[in-house]
Order: sequence, then structure tokens, then C-alpha cells
Amino acid sequence: MKDEILIKVSHLQKAFNGGRNVLSDISIDIRRGEKIVIIGPSGCGKSTFLRCINRLEEPTGGTITFEGVDVTDSNVNMDLQRQKMGMVFQHFNLFPHLTIMQNLTLAPVTLKLKTEEEAKKIGFELLKKVGLEDKMDKYPSTLSGGQKQRIAIVRSLAMNPDVMLFDEPTSALDPEMVGEVLNVMKDLAKQGMTMLVVTHEMGFAREVADRILFIHGGVIEEQGTPDEIFNHPQSERLRQFLKAIL
Amino acid sequence: MIQSFYETMIEGERYVLILQGLGVTILIAVCAIIIGTVLGCILALMKISDSKLLRVIGTLYTTVLRGLPLATQLMIFYFIVFAPLHLPKLLVAILAYGLNSGAYCTEIFRAGIQGVDRGQTEAGRSLGLSKKQTLFKIILPQAAKAVLPTYTSEFIVLIKETSVASFIAVMDMTKAGDMIRNSTYNAWIPLLTCAVIYLILTLGLTKVFGGFEKRMAKSER
Ligand SMILES: Nc1ncnc2c1ncn2[C@@H]1O[C@H](COP(=O)(O)OP(=O)(O)OP(=O)(O)O)[C@@H](O)[C@H]1O
Ligand SMILES: [Mg+2]
Repeated sequence: MKDEILIKVSHLQKAFNGGRNVLSDISIDIRRGEKIVIIGPSGCGKSTFLRCINRLEEPTGGTITFEGVDVTDSNVNMDLQRQKMGMVFQHFNLFPHLTIMQNLTLAPVTLKLKTEEEAKKIGFELLKKVGLEDKMDKYPSTLSGGQKQRIAIVRSLAMNPDVMLFDEPTSALDPEMVGEVLNVMKDLAKQGMTMLVVTHEMGFAREVADRILFIHGGVIEEQGTPDEIFNHPQSERLRQFLKAIL
Repeated sequence: MIQSFYETMIEGERYVLILQGLGVTILIAVCAIIIGTVLGCILALMKISDSKLLRVIGTLYTTVLRGLPLATQLMIFYFIVFAPLHLPKLLVAILAYGLNSGAYCTEIFRAGIQGVDRGQTEAGRSLGLSKKQTLFKIILPQAAKAVLPTYTSEFIVLIKETSVASFIAVMDMTKAGDMIRNSTYNAWIPLLTCAVIYLILTLGLTKVFGGFEKRMAKSER
């Protein structure tokens, strides 16, 4: 189980409507339980990479295998695969017309994975873990950004996913709220969740990442442990990038 | 004033005409908005569907029906489209207004659906919900709330536009007022009576729907 490959990306390529390749050739094996942090300059395709994995964007080449299933195969039932892949967005995307509890129970109940009652019970437990159980009957508009993002994480967790994809989960937050969201993510990492995180929070990357990917020019320009990436960067581009952000 | 109101409206029970006209006006408006809403839902879903054919049909429909003056449409429906069926005038008027309102409802609903943030769809799909489940559980409830004000004004426009039904000799309220004007040589009383009733209808509806919107907005706090 330990070294089981959960996601295998081979020669992934993505171009938007016939334009130039945003991702030209990305290959990586991600093991179960691994924490991957993805960094790179703005517009280098970090979001696109994450979104290809759960096929919010259609890859234009290469394959992605998730738990042994080729999810780039057009015959695959992607809805079923996505149930096992949580995603957290920069702008939370909570459902404004539903209460917090309804946000958590909508997918499991609609998909008939749980009864309303079971889903509520699990939802309550999850809310307690992030300290927001008193908000369960509130609507998203009454929450702070940090609270919204914690709810968004919990909403994904309510589906009991095997991997969590985070696309700049703290970039839209006021600085004083970044910590509370990162703490939830650190807890999740400790519990052994497989995580792919696009972030500019280098402290988080150092602390949590097993591997850091530096994407540049449509490829993984460099990858390694936090120590390798931050203390011994090889490529000139990575060195420049680090100098600019640190 | 009261004397002349009595002479024009009450004498000869002419007010009955106004009431009948009001009934016709309301009947056409209510039936048409029901037809228009159902049609609008279907066509809006067609216009946002993946099928090019369905989208083209939807666009063609809304372009033509919103592009022609209502009076012209009404006469085309009465003298050409439905002519072979020998339908009663009132029914033709209801159908014509319904079909026309359907085109406007389509655009209102489509704009409402497309106005919902794309992130909502992405969040729904990323949780494993199908396209249809996302549409019905996440997008449409939000779109419905967003379109309520424009939908209300469509209904109000519809009530006012029923006055065009006289083009095919349907006796709506405006026509009734006009007939009284003709037979009494008094333009003021019957036409102002009509005006006041229209205002009561439209203002009343605006109030009712406005209260509805407030209640819905409150439910999110
Ligand atoms: N839907 C789209 N259609 C066309 N081009 C797109 C689309 N989405 C992204 N792009 C382009 O693809 C490139 C990569 O975008 P992407 O959002 O993946 O970058 P990113 O690394 O996440 O950047 P950021 O740090 O700004 O979030 C950009 O040049 C962007 O303009
Ligand atoms: Mg991005």
C-alpha cells in the first residue's frame, strides 16, 4: 500500500482551443499519501495541471491514470472518478443558496452515497474538527473568508476522497486568515491524505511537502524535496523564481 | 363628476363591459405567462445545451419572436398560422401571447443561468455531481432568484400588451373602454377607469413580487 501509485501522469499536454501548449509534456507518479506542492510563475499552467487531473479541463494529449483507471479515456465515467478527488478553489465556491450543513450534505445525499441523516452526522463531525459546528445552519454569506475556505475543504472531505487538489487555497484571503486554513491543511496532511497543492505559501511547502514541483515552460522544470528545491536549486529559472518570491 | 361617471359607466350597465374586458385581460396575461414560462424553461435549456441543433432552434425562435412587433405577430397567428384550425379569437390571443412571452422568458432564464458564477458549476462537478444534478441542485435555484425581478417585469409588460389583442377583435379591457367611449361620446371616464385599473394591477403585482424577493433575500442570512 505504502508505495502504491495513486496518480500516474504521462506526457500530459494541454493547449486551449488550438493555441500554443500551456502544458507541453508533464509526467509524474504520485504515491498514495504523498504531499506534492506545485510552484511556478503566474500563468505557467499550475491551475491547468490540477484541473486536468480531475478533468475540469480536457487534456489535449497524454494520459492520467487514477487508481488504475485511465481518466483521460472519454468512455470513463468521470463523475464517478471525481467523487474520489476533492478540489478546493481559490474563491471557495461555496453554494450561496444552501446552509453550511446543506453544502456538506448535498453531494453525498444527491449521489445516494449516504442517507441525509448519515451525511449530517459526518458533516457535524467534520465541522467540529475545523471548529465551525456552530455555523452549520448559517449561510455562506455570513462567514469570513477563512471560515468559507475551511468549509470548502470540509465539503470536499465529506465525500471521503482519496486525493485532495488545492488551487491556491489561501490566495484570496486576508493575511490574518491564511493561518487557520493552512492549519486545517496541515492536519489533513498528518492524517495521511494525498495532497496536490498549488500555493505561494513557501513556509507551508517547506513544512508539509514531500516533493515540490517547479513548473516552467510547460514542463516540470525541476522537482525535489523542500531542502533540494529551496537550498540547492539546480536550474537558473528556479533560482530566479525563488529570488523573486522569497 | 360623479354624475357623469354614473351616466357613462353605470347606466346601461356599461361597467359590465369593463369587468368583462378586465377578465379577458387577466385571462390572457395569466395563461400566456404560464405558457411562456414553460416554453421559456425548455428553450433556455435548449440554448445552453451541448447540441448545436437545439441551440440553433432556440436562437431562431427567440430571434424571430422578439424581432417582430407584437401586433404583427398576433395577426400572423390569427390570419395565417392558426387560420385553418378556426380557433376562437381568445384562444388564439392566449397562444400568440404565450408563444411570444416564451421567447422573452427564454432570454430571461438563459441570462439567469449563464449569470451564475462558473465556479459554482466547477464546485458541483468536482464533487462528482453530474451535469444535470449540478444544473438542478446548484445552478437553477440560484438563477431563479436572480431572474425574479426581470421575470416580474415581463409579466407586467404582458398585462399591458394585452391591449394589442383588439387587433384581432378580442375584447380586452382597453377595447371595452374604447367601446364605451364610442357609445357615450365621453372619452375621459372610460379610458381613465381603464388606466386606473391597469395601474392597480401593475403596482399590485410589483408589490407582491417585491415582497417575494425580500423574503428570498432574507432566507440567505
Ligand atoms: N480557459 C482558458 N482558455 C484559454 N486560455 C487559458 C484558459 N485557462 C488558462 N489559460 C491560459 O493558460 C495559461 C496557464 O494558466 P493557469 O491558470 O493554469 O496558470 P497558473 O499557473 O495557475 O497561473 P496563476 O498563478 O496566475 O494562477 C495562461 O497563459 C492562461 O492565460
Ligand atoms: Mg492558477
